[in-house]
Amino acid sequence: MNAFIAIVRRDLLLAARRKSEVFTALFFFMIVASLFPLGIGAETSLLRRIAPGVLWVAALLAAMLSLNRMFAADHQDGTLEQMALSPTPLALLVSGKVFAHWLTSGLPLVLLAPVLGLQFDLSPRSLGILMISLLLGTPLLSLIGAIGAALTLGVRGGGVLLSLLVLPLYIPALIFGAGAVEADMAGLGAGGHLSLLGALLALAAFFAPWAATAALRIALE
Amino acid sequence: MSQRLVNWFKFASPATFYPLAGKAWPWFAALGTAFAAVGLWISFFVAPTDFQQGEGYRIIFIHVPASWMSMFIYCVMALWAAIGITFNTRLSGMMSSALAPTGALFAFISLWTGALWGKPMWGAWWVWDARLTSELILLFLYLGYIALTAAIDDPRRADKAGAIVSLVGVVNVPIIYFSVKWWNTLHQGASVSMTKAPTMATTMLWGMLIMALAFWMYSIAIALYRVRAIILERERHATWVAELPEMQA
Repeated sequence: MNAFIAIVRRDLLLAARRKSEVFTALFFFMIVASLFPLGIGAETSLLRRIAPGVLWVAALLAAMLSLNRMFAADHQDGTLEQMALSPTPLALLVSGKVFAHWLTSGLPLVLLAPVLGLQFDLSPRSLGILMISLLLGTPLLSLIGAIGAALTLGVRGGGVLLSLLVLPLYIPALIFGAGAVEADMAGLGAGGHLSLLGALLALAAFFAPWAATAALRIALE
Repeated sequence: MSQRLVNWFKFASPATFYPLAGKAWPWFAALGTAFAAVGLWISFFVAPTDFQQGEGYRIIFIHVPASWMSMFIYCVMALWAAIGITFNTRLSGMMSSALAPTGALFAFISLWTGALWGKPMWGAWWVWDARLTSELILLFLYLGYIALTAAIDDPRRADKAGAIVSLVGVVNVPIIYFSVKWWNTLHQGASVSMTKAPTMATTMLWGMLIMALAFWMYSIAIALYRVRAIILERERHATWVAELPEMQA
């Protein structure tokens, strides 16, 4: 557990030293979400209807932007090899890195989403549901993304390839995340969607670090 | 028992599998051609015209078997991937990468024929039905696998990375299918249903099953043919390849 905390602290420290990378993804999220009203018009009822989907798609893309960097720097300077050689299980260290990635790229999106939701004229209740769905969903994005990031480590054209690999796997998170807000707005209750999202998160939290570790070992061969 | 196991593992080596595949694929190709001839004859001349859908329904003789194959081949790919990871055999990865283009082809055929069927029946080339959407995502998964294995130069590494992708994909396929299905019911998509089709005449079912068999045989034949090419490409520096009669010529 100490190793887990150490890794999280180290990655957070590294992120704090390179603040621009974190902020780039955040601004990307804001810009993408702001483009939609400009593209399709500012009619309030329409905006309210598309808001959950637009904000979720923007969050998916923003989370993907930073995936490349999850392992790349450590791979280049050899830190990753030392991690693989260390007596601590690599899967635990990978979980730490995924958690740190979520803290730097997922959590800010969760906190920023209500502000963007206001632009789309969402009610306070919907904003709350949106935040909960993103809170459950963004760790899922980091976990699944870690597998893709590990697989494309040091591969030609890694960035585009990563999106091709990861985006289809993001679809359930998108459906249940955006669906939770829409179901609540339709008066159906968001409980079912949020429970499924939580179930997916539990499943991914167990399996994804393991799959990402296997992929990292291949990259390190 | 142990004797039999040893015999099976003998063909895990590319050097012994290559001649076996060479002997087997023409048989599967011939069977495939025969089944396709019978199946197409049944589907075009024997099967009765559907009283609701007219002649247009005949596209299901291609469409349904292609959809089945696209899903089944992904499972077989994942199975080879699991075998490759467990036993660390070279041939498993080669089989996986030999199957992927065929699976992607069937997924594409299934989408294409589905669009051709949908236009006269539903009046739209595409509806966001759960099955169509998940078939499209399946195609993306195939393309992701092919793109990843193509991007890695070292074939052994490409096989292992591809194995992880296909295993992760096969776990996700049911999740994606059900999520898309529930998404569809929430959104009350275009009110069409493919499940409420009238019960099928026996000849139609036979035509479909025989076409499915033809696609099976085609898939096996083409996968064996392709795996031979992959074996030759990867083992070109091996002595056994240089000693092959077709290399001597």
